[in-house]
Amino acid sequence: MDWSLILTNALTAMVGLDTVIFALAAIGLNVHFGYTGLLNFGQAAFLAVAGYGLAISVAEFELPTLVGVAVGLLGAVVLALLLGAPTLRLRADYLAIVTIAAAEIVRLLFRSVSLSEYTGGSDGLGRFAEGFYSINPLGPGEYGLGPLEFDERQTWVLSVGWTLIGLSCLLVFLLMRSPWGRVLKAIREDEDAVRSLGKNVFSYKLQSLVLGGVLGCLAGFMTAWGRAVVQPDNFSTDTTFYAYTIVILGGAARVFGPVVGAAIFWALLSLTDNILTQAKSAGYISDSILTTFQIGQVRIMLVGLGLMALMIFRPQGLFGDRRELALDAR
Amino acid sequence: MRHAVRAVIGGLLAALCVLLLPGAAVAAGETVQGRLQNAGEALEGVTITVATVDGQSVGEAVTDAEGAFVIPVPEAGDYVVTLDEETLPERVAIREGRSASITLPVAVDQQRSVLFPLGEGTRNVQSDLDRLPQLAVEGLNFGLIIALAAVGLSLIYGTTGLVNFAHGELITLGALLAYLFNVTMGIQLVPAALLAVVASALLGGVQDRVLWRPLRKKGTGLIAMLVVTIGLALFLRGLFLYQFGGSTAPYDDYQGQTGYDLGPVTIAPKDLISMGICIVMLLAVAYALLRTRIGKATRAVSDNPALAASSGIDVERVISTVWVAGAGLAGLAGILLALAQQVSFQLGFQILLLVFAGVTLGGLGTAFGALVGSLVVGIFTQVSTIFVPTELKNAGALAILILILLVRPQGILGRAERVG
Amino acid sequence: MPAEPAVPTASLTPRKDAALRAFAGVEAVPGSSKPDPILVADGVTRRFGGLTAVDVGHVEIQRGSITALIGPNGAGKSTFFNLLTGFDTPDDGTWTFNGQSLAGVPSHKVARRGMVRTFQLTKALSRLTVMQNMLLGATGQRGENFWRAILPMTWRKQEQENTARAEELLARFKLDKKRDDFAGTMSGGQRKLLEMARALMVGPEMVMLDEPMAGVNPALTQSLLGHVKALREDGMTVLFVEHDMDMVRDISDWVLVMAQGRVIAEGPPDAIMADEAVIDAYLGGHHDAPLDEAQEQEQLAAAEAELREQEGDR
Repeated sequence: MDWSLILTNALTAMVGLDTVIFALAAIGLNVHFGYTGLLNFGQAAFLAVAGYGLAISVAEFELPTLVGVAVGLLGAVVLALLLGAPTLRLRADYLAIVTIAAAEIVRLLFRSVSLSEYTGGSDGLGRFAEGFYSINPLGPGEYGLGPLEFDERQTWVLSVGWTLIGLSCLLVFLLMRSPWGRVLKAIREDEDAVRSLGKNVFSYKLQSLVLGGVLGCLAGFMTAWGRAVVQPDNFSTDTTFYAYTIVILGGAARVFGPVVGAAIFWALLSLTDNILTQAKSAGYISDSILTTFQIGQVRIMLVGLGLMALMIFRPQGLFGDRRELALDAR
Repeated sequence: MRHAVRAVIGGLLAALCVLLLPGAAVAAGETVQGRLQNAGEALEGVTITVATVDGQSVGEAVTDAEGAFVIPVPEAGDYVVTLDEETLPERVAIREGRSASITLPVAVDQQRSVLFPLGEGTRNVQSDLDRLPQLAVEGLNFGLIIALAAVGLSLIYGTTGLVNFAHGELITLGALLAYLFNVTMGIQLVPAALLAVVASALLGGVQDRVLWRPLRKKGTGLIAMLVVTIGLALFLRGLFLYQFGGSTAPYDDYQGQTGYDLGPVTIAPKDLISMGICIVMLLAVAYALLRTRIGKATRAVSDNPALAASSGIDVERVISTVWVAGAGLAGLAGILLALAQQVSFQLGFQILLLVFAGVTLGGLGTAFGALVGSLVVGIFTQVSTIFVPTELKNAGALAILILILLVRPQGILGRAERVG
Repeated sequence: MPAEPAVPTASLTPRKDAALRAFAGVEAVPGSSKPDPILVADGVTRRFGGLTAVDVGHVEIQRGSITALIGPNGAGKSTFFNLLTGFDTPDDGTWTFNGQSLAGVPSHKVARRGMVRTFQLTKALSRLTVMQNMLLGATGQRGENFWRAILPMTWRKQEQENTARAEELLARFKLDKKRDDFAGTMSGGQRKLLEMARALMVGPEMVMLDEPMAGVNPALTQSLLGHVKALREDGMTVLFVEHDMDMVRDISDWVLVMAQGRVIAEGPPDAIMADEAVIDAYLGGHHDAPLDEAQEQEQLAAAEAELREQEGDR
């Protein structure tokens, strides 16, 4: 067993593309779920709309990358308004059902054969990321960070990604210590009380939905650029579920919670993956128990078990404060 | 408490480890997939095989009712995908001069689609209106199956407030257990299905006893429990994939039946029987709810648990019963669904949203609403294929759900919430 | 009685005196007109299924007074409160506040116009600190706008002013030591106090208190009473729902009695307590101790279940 390789891979995963994408998606979800108490189960749709908005604009209509980004952002805002305007006046579980249904509709539409002229169907779209990579200031070569090494494209993607994460966290930090953020947190506790104090609860919930959606949309851009291809199945409901796991892992309603959660989440997955793979090739695990192909399934099971265990034993997240949670009325 | 929860997770693992099936091995993400259609009509029952370029077979699948197939491949690389022309319907063929084998590369984590060049000019000439009765009957069949699953989901929501995202896995469990008894153990499908339903029901009761009841006692919030159901769903789906593999497989019995011609409608005997079973079961549930003591108690608990408890109803017993019945019904739904399509590890997950749509459409927490809502969803899903492409029919049903919620938030049969 | 500087214990303060004089010429019949009404309701009705919960003909609330709204359980008091404050929508009826119609005005705008309510079951925002609860009440906050929220310099000064005002109020309600505690850690009585103090942060003209004494430790009752009286001394109008007759007699200038959704009597407290119709309505079926919220819910649910059972049999 090559432990140094296993650890290097885990470290790489902590700063890698998946961590970047899911940290951004979870930062947005944290605004919804952690701060405002909105049950958005369609975060994947915001990623999809952004990723496809960018890809279709650039690949099909040959528009500049910046216009593609604008289209993606606009798409996320419109989606948030469409989802929120009708449902945010209803009971909380309705938002959950409508968002999860909407996310599935979005995925099926992008997947559909009828629209494949624009979306590429289930194969998805490529040939749109060159504009992003052409402004890479780094020359060809390997760039290292301690034991980690990335080529110039990966380094560029990750630099942009982590910059976006930094900016997003700063934005959430500034907003959540402002009176605006105070209203959101109050809505999470009891929206009638907030209403009785003269605040337009509906408007704040909608603002929260838009803000979290736009942050999620950054994750969509990073998915598109990082993989240089957008595929409908990158934006399945499981993406949203993983983001929930990450929010809860890092601790809901904490500024850096989603980032820490994402890093730990992907490091753990990398560790299990690598340890099992190496144990297999070293012959420690026989095929009757686990074939190489089944390692991925063990991963999914671990995510599920982890999410259950967290919610039951440490719902405040790994670093949360249990006392605060004891006050949770929900 | 913690002990109990650990016990459940262990118990679930143990209970499901009996599902040691010789399923195909699957990699984390890479698949070869596609959808066979000819002139807009899905082609069911066509065999597709995948082999490595040096001829080593990797997987095989038969297209489902929607003409879809998914074959997982072990890793990124080049593969040869072959369509078995023998299994194509008579009026369809591979286009002249084209091959039934396609070689293509699969990238890491890619879900690679394959398009076979199927025969042009062999259009079917049925008009839209002629398809209506056929689609309506298919929709009714589908809607009844959804209703079986939805009634359980709705009763569990009504009595405990739990929004159970793991309900789809109860559906899959029934189908997989029946597969275990039928295919692996060689029991005829009817007794196998009976065994599977009983086992599903028992496992439902066990699930409530070792997981949900302790959480309720602990006072865990409903949203926290909802997140727990998501974790459970992920875990079980992973487990099913681990045990069963990623391919689809039919039961041993009642395959390839010739349909009865009933005027404008052709229907296979197994579908007729399936509809009969659904109707009998749903009537039984209705009778139980309206006329038996436990059924009346269930409705009372749904209305107001505190009041029900204070008037001497054993709420926990009602909830246990609801879990046993709900899981049994979901298992039966899974078996019937797998009979119409095929068994797969995500059979239930794929229809979960439609089940939710049925429940919500009818009005959250009302069992009869769930029944009506599910029939609407099932029929709409099938009939809508006249207007929308087949692959978008589920999207259409979900869109209708959203639209109806906007107009009538309490659902078709739900009553308006009292404010204040 | 503990020392309450702002509230003289003597029964007659200038404001009390003014309120009593205003009521001097008012006829003690349901719907009587007041010299200077702040709130006027006409024909407000609300039905749940076949049940008419509220059916109020004409009601006026005198400005600067403390008016009590009493009545047996299920009389529709809380529903009437919800209707007036925009938390529920009536089937019919109009009502004006300061001469402006409030029908169809959403609850948050009602509050902004100066009519602020509290709730029977306190709604302290558990995972916010006491100070954050207070600051939430302040109106016209620049920092509650999304864009300005990002730039603290645009709202910091206002926040400091609001904090100072909140600290004064907390001191008056003897909650200043709890300033940085989570509201969820406080006792029921303290939450009631916090809710009242928070409502005052809005700067209301009229305060609607839904059972301010329910679930409060008797030791705190006197101080709460003092605070309610102090609201009038500060020039506010108070309308409150209460069960406790002694308390009603002690602090109210005028009493409205509701039964079965209607206002059946109104008048000065002493006259109302002696009114035969009121005693009948009040003591009719509910002679015993007032029901709490859960029991009330149960009764409603039982009635509904009965109704549905009948429908089902048909």
